[in-house]
Amino acid sequence: MTRSRRVKLQLFRGAVFLVLGAFVLAPIAAMFEFSTRGTKVDSPRTLVAWTNIVNTPDLIDAIVASLELAAITSIAMLVLLLPTMVWVRLRLPSLNRIVEFLCLLPLTIPAIALVVGLYPISRWMRINVSDSILMLSIFYLVIVLPYSYRALDAGLSAIDVKTLSEAARSLGAGWGTVMLRVIVPNMSSAILNAGLLSVAVVLGEYTFANLLNYQNLQVAIAYVGQVSAGTSIAVSVASLLFAFALLMILSFAGRGRAR
Amino acid sequence: MTSAGEPAVDPAARPVRGGRGLPLTWLGVTPFFVYVGLFLVLPSLIIGSGSFTGKDGGLSLENLSDIQKPYIARALINSITVSIASALAGAIAGALLAYAVATGNPHGVLRRTVTSASGVLAQFGGVTLAFAFIATMGTIGFVTLFLKDHGIDIFANGVWLYELSGLTLVYTYFQIPLMVLVFLPALDGIRPQWREATESLGGNTWHYWRCVAGPLLAPAFLGCTLLLFANAFSAYATVAALITQGSIVLPLVISNLFTSETGRAQPGLAKALALAMIVIVAIVMLLYTLLQRRTSRWLR
Repeated sequence: MTRSRRVKLQLFRGAVFLVLGAFVLAPIAAMFEFSTRGTKVDSPRTLVAWTNIVNTPDLIDAIVASLELAAITSIAMLVLLLPTMVWVRLRLPSLNRIVEFLCLLPLTIPAIALVVGLYPISRWMRINVSDSILMLSIFYLVIVLPYSYRALDAGLSAIDVKTLSEAARSLGAGWGTVMLRVIVPNMSSAILNAGLLSVAVVLGEYTFANLLNYQNLQVAIAYVGQVSAGTSIAVSVASLLFAFALLMILSFAGRGRAR
Repeated sequence: MTSAGEPAVDPAARPVRGGRGLPLTWLGVTPFFVYVGLFLVLPSLIIGSGSFTGKDGGLSLENLSDIQKPYIARALINSITVSIASALAGAIAGALLAYAVATGNPHGVLRRTVTSASGVLAQFGGVTLAFAFIATMGTIGFVTLFLKDHGIDIFANGVWLYELSGLTLVYTYFQIPLMVLVFLPALDGIRPQWREATESLGGNTWHYWRCVAGPLLAPAFLGCTLLLFANAFSAYATVAALITQGSIVLPLVISNLFTSETGRAQPGLAKALALAMIVIVAIVMLLYTLLQRRTSRWLR
């Protein structure tokens, strides 16, 4: 590489990082700035918008509901998906493609379209099963399927499921022991990945909750935002930081495994 | 279980288990298929059959032809316009960023930071993103006020943040990191030797991009742009939080049908629109998959 070309390349890289870095960071910085504004133009910085979070019962309820939904969805995802994927690998390899196709299918169905089809099912369930917001986790399981499938698939591909389970079975282990004490410990970081991704997806979900008339965190943020932009921006920052932290943990946990 | 290295297993027990083996084996995947059947296949069937059901309950194409109604056709065109614009903007900016990353140290801090941050920011959509832009570029946003203090009024010709152009800008925000994530592997497949080969044959930078790297990267770039299109076309939460009135894009038409009188009077229309969205996204994703396959043949 000639010297002049190297200089040009470095200038190009610098310009790209500077411009796009500013574009990416400006909204995040602006949210901090906005959420600490006083009521008047020249009033000093305050944390009123932040303390308002605690004083808005609707928000607190929604935060609790969303955290519960995230936990339930992640656990349900693991219970449903992991044994199925292991079983398919061991006993029904011919089904592998079908399971993969079904798990990735939600990626090609926009949430706003899928919810139209889920609406009658949700109404039936509200009347006949339960009216609780936690019922949403059944629907959220659909949205997290593709992400969880990919994370778990990567984990399962990295270990020799067949040999491990045959070894365990020949030593007298039941299927429960094989799953919990052999498979799971060997792919803990993939399980962590799948779980954290599910949590992040559920905490950011708006479409299903809004159209099925439930108030989760995002719906509450949008609602509060119409009354007091400052408070909802403060919650937005908080939920964003929480999601960032989760996904950063994820990207580092994933790296530890990859090496 | 049938490997020859397991003499300890009593062979006499095999046929008995084998006899019931099939149904028992299938039992293991039943919960998954029941779940997917109820919450993925059934809703799709509801959408499909509802689209072709008229007000009187009979078979009809009335819902599908209602897509031609001016306000729905307008929203569909708007949706496609915003998706194309934000996909192109995101693809170009994202490809530049990915190239800037790919030409750096492959194990450097910069690359790790950009890829991690992209993974996070590509997920950063929805209500939060809408509020982030209201705080930034809204009428009393941080950047708006800052520029006003310096004599620039970005809203001199009206507040455009809550219109199509604003929506495009907001969508571009999550398109760029997604582009970095999906396009970087293709750029990593480009080998420096190809450039050296071009130079030893007397080619300059233009020849290299025009005849070597360009044609190799084109399918990947096009495929990633299609993915970005589908991403923007499906987005609902961001626009719902940003533009609370009216039905500017297709997802908003669908959600307004849920809450309005016309929607209740015509339950099939929302399903027909949902079907139209699914068909468009499915076609785009199919093309994306085909282009990805073509890319992976060259770049690995």
